Amino acid sequence: MQAIAPSKEVIDIIKEEGGDVLKLCYQCGICTASCPWNLVRSFMVRKLIHQAQLGLVDFEDEDMWTCVGCKACVDRCPRGVEIVEIWRALRRVIVEVGVAKVPDSLRLTAKNFAGVGNPLGEPREKRSDWAKDLGVKTYTKGTEILYFPCCIQAYDPSNQRVARATVDILKKAEVDFGILGAELSCCGESIRKSGSETLFQTLAQNNIGVFNEAGVTKIVVTSPHCYHTFKEEYPEFGSNFEVIHFVQYLAELIKEGKLKFTKELNKKVTYQDSCCLGRYAGIYDEPRQILESIRGLELVEMRDYRENSLCCGGCSGRLWMETKKGERFSDLRIEQALEVEASILAVSCPYCMLNFEDSVLTSDKSDIIEIRDIAELVQEAL
Amino acid sequence: MENKEVRIGVYICHCGTNIAGVVDTKAVAEFTRGLPSVVMAKDYIYMCSDPGQNMIKEDIKQLGLNRVVVASCSPTLHEHTFRLACQDAGLNPYLFEMANIREHCSWVTEDHEAATEKAKALVSAAVRRVYYQEPLEVREVPFTPAVLVVGGGIAGIQAALEIANSGNRVYLVEREPSIGGHMAQFDKTFPTLDCASCIFTPLLSEVGQHPNIELMTYSEVEEVSGYIGNFKVKVRQKARCVDMDKCTGCGVCIEKCPWKTVSEFDDGLAQRKAIYTPFLQAVPNVPVIDKETCVYFKTGKCRVCEKFCTANAIDFEQQEKVVEVEVGGIIVATGYDTFDPSVITQYGYGRYDNVLTALQFERMCNASGPTAGNIVLKDSSMPKSVAIIHCVGSRDKNYHEYCSRVCCMYALKYSHLIKEKTGAEVYQMYIDMRCFGKGYEEFYERLSDEGVNFIRGKVAQVTVRAMNDEEKGKLIVVAEDTLLGTMMRVPVDMVVLATALEARSDAKDVARLFNIGRSADGFFMERHPKLDPVATTTGGIFVVGCAQGPKDIPDTVAQASAAAARVLAMISKGSVEIEAAIAAINEELCSGCKVCSLLCPFSAISFDEEEKVSRVNEALCKGCGVCVAACPSGAITGRHFTAEQIMAEVEGVLV
Repeated sequence: MQAIAPSKEVIDIIKEEGGDVLKLCYQCGICTASCPWNLVRSFMVRKLIHQAQLGLVDFEDEDMWTCVGCKACVDRCPRGVEIVEIWRALRRVIVEVGVAKVPDSLRLTAKNFAGVGNPLGEPREKRSDWAKDLGVKTYTKGTEILYFPCCIQAYDPSNQRVARATVDILKKAEVDFGILGAELSCCGESIRKSGSETLFQTLAQNNIGVFNEAGVTKIVVTSPHCYHTFKEEYPEFGSNFEVIHFVQYLAELIKEGKLKFTKELNKKVTYQDSCCLGRYAGIYDEPRQILESIRGLELVEMRDYRENSLCCGGCSGRLWMETKKGERFSDLRIEQALEVEASILAVSCPYCMLNFEDSVLTSDKSDIIEIRDIAELVQEAL
Repeated sequence: MENKEVRIGVYICHCGTNIAGVVDTKAVAEFTRGLPSVVMAKDYIYMCSDPGQNMIKEDIKQLGLNRVVVASCSPTLHEHTFRLACQDAGLNPYLFEMANIREHCSWVTEDHEAATEKAKALVSAAVRRVYYQEPLEVREVPFTPAVLVVGGGIAGIQAALEIANSGNRVYLVEREPSIGGHMAQFDKTFPTLDCASCIFTPLLSEVGQHPNIELMTYSEVEEVSGYIGNFKVKVRQKARCVDMDKCTGCGVCIEKCPWKTVSEFDDGLAQRKAIYTPFLQAVPNVPVIDKETCVYFKTGKCRVCEKFCTANAIDFEQQEKVVEVEVGGIIVATGYDTFDPSVITQYGYGRYDNVLTALQFERMCNASGPTAGNIVLKDSSMPKSVAIIHCVGSRDKNYHEYCSRVCCMYALKYSHLIKEKTGAEVYQMYIDMRCFGKGYEEFYERLSDEGVNFIRGKVAQVTVRAMNDEEKGKLIVVAEDTLLGTMMRVPVDMVVLATALEARSDAKDVARLFNIGRSADGFFMERHPKLDPVATTTGGIFVVGCAQGPKDIPDTVAQASAAAARVLAMISKGSVEIEAAIAAINEELCSGCKVCSLLCPFSAISFDEEEKVSRVNEALCKGCGVCVAACPSGAITGRHFTAEQIMAEVEGVLV
């Protein structure tokens, strides 16, 4: 058997691309055993980290693109290793240094980002079409809040419901808000985790420029991905504004009595903790407070919830990649929701919405379970 | 200041290459020779060596030096050495000053030029300072030949017996109704597998009967004042509601008491009565009434225990009392708490019946425990397979970063007990096996030979969701076997969590009470991790056993004996030297505002109502300088830290 030697050059490149945290790993394997992939296929997280520690990475391995960045492993890691950052670094080595091939689906998405500033390849000028008939004002300096819907909520017909519901609620609560359109790009969260650092920075700088020029001080978002990126990642590029996810804002409006429910919603509802809102931001209580404040609504918890929640499978660029039938976490999650006899799976994230709607359709369960954003449920009960 | 010419001698130490490898010591010596009042400056390879010290002594005599500066390491390391050298040559030790050009200079930079410049500045500061230093006299105070031991576990018991057997008085204070601590809860002890109570019970009764030990159980230290050799300690003795002198320990009251609550001693696995002793061999063998559970204290009715007590020992009216003792030294042996694993939700503790903590399992194995020593599931059947999960709360940044040091070994011990008592399959879910003590590796080998399964991987989850028939009705332990590089699902009947040892929940208060420090992990801090492992930064107060950090019984006993030896050495000497560098009040300047006495952390300043001035008790003052800084009239001087000395030192650094 041939013996191998560690490769210092590769170790250095991985570290340079942001993978320095990997040196802390003591190889206990709790990451592998906590990773949702191992519910459906094999993904040896610990082994891959050890290979990276020694610079013995096979960059052509499809597992370079497997991690969904759900942070289930990071939450439990006894050494506090930011494993998601390791995968981001490995992907950067592939994308930015060019040592291996990028999957076709991701390359196409990256092209869309570069061309029109959104992953769907939709024209910039249509970014605000969802709000055409709603009479929402354009954000100008001095307006209290900028509402920023995610690209998917701006363009995807089914997700546009969420943006429209949000506007409806904000109006009912008499909040002073506005929107911006064509000049804005995607927050860039998924493309950054996919390794396209340069592209991400272009998007970020463009958005920060637009926000600054418009005098934005407070942004309400309806995607946890925008929330995380604006709040945790943009400041390194000089942003300076407050970011609030709509569930936080809603919980506050309800508490302050600015929204009054008039209708009952006699449904059994369960809630999906989006990874970016839950494990990334620690926001677990507000969504539940909102749901429980709706009269008639019975909130039930799935088997895996809060810190132990199961990812929908859409983080870290995985939304743009094909996941084989039988390996989709969203299918497992729908089963968990049905297990507790929920008729509505409530979400607070557009990626969750897309993946779950797809699962419901492909498994032909649309007559027994609906996927609804919390904003929609609130709108319905007002 | 004496009217004598100041003659300063300066020595620049190389410390091998520790200093000279970075600092140009020759250049520093050369620079020093040009400073005012410096008679000579030398550089030398090891100033702390005998030749180095002799050089100082010779120079004092030959050149008539009356001030000495050594530029070398930290004063905590060698200030004492050099002061003694000066004293030997007839120079008052307070006319010596040290410049730290190692820890503060050569060790923290690789820039040779900058280091040399900084070394010059530090030496210049020391030279200017020493010019103004004055001779001070170290005072001796008597050392009270009695010791307070706080905590009656194996650490406290060992220390108490060592001291008591030497013929000196010991006050042993224990919070619980009986001494014994955690060790009394154990079944066997690793690696020899001798029964804990067989080796421990004789010690308990020895303590109980020892003429030199005053045992104060069901008591807590409330206040500590004084200083090394002369502590005054207030101990609050809670009301047992049972007269210690009358009680015969027959146990009828316990038998007849109709009221029950969860047993702390059995870690929740069993119940105890409202009047109880924690365990059969309790010392003292006198029960206490738990007022929270006793129905008489709630409703005024019952008194069953009183009716059946033939000795007339029950006393519902008994009041708690505070007693004051005077001791020379204090040994803190307050032990540890065990980690509560319910916060790691994925392990299912508290949710699944047969997931136990290590301490619960320990009680289960114990013949006098809740299951009479039988290892059984909740339904009373015997497990056919058991998994032991290592590092629960240890070696984990989310909980405790440190290794608890005993879990690997007790996990091996459990494997043996499980095999012996049930024949069940045992799975050790470990990360690293740490078997470092004497006979420990051999024990590991023995258990391997007994057929224990070792799976290397940190467990991610314990679940009851079966994926096949074999898993049905089982607890399924999910981990990656990191040696195989594959996912593992181990179906077992019972899971034992090797829970971490952690600092007592009230360690912060105890630290404040005794004026001792804590390390980042929450345990009490030793004075030096290697060279002074049982002393604390407060003179006369020692810390032993798991109160200082997780450790096994052999290490605990060794520490306890070490602390006892340290205290006995002081008792044997009969006196201790106390700090000469203390505060002095100029009564003519004192306005009597009392700011100093309010701030003094050692209660060393009192106010003379007649003269309307504050006065320093020289025995109590530690020279911390709080009063010096606070005095609005500038009436207080810190000896050896006078304004003149400090300003000169500052100027020396800056010039």
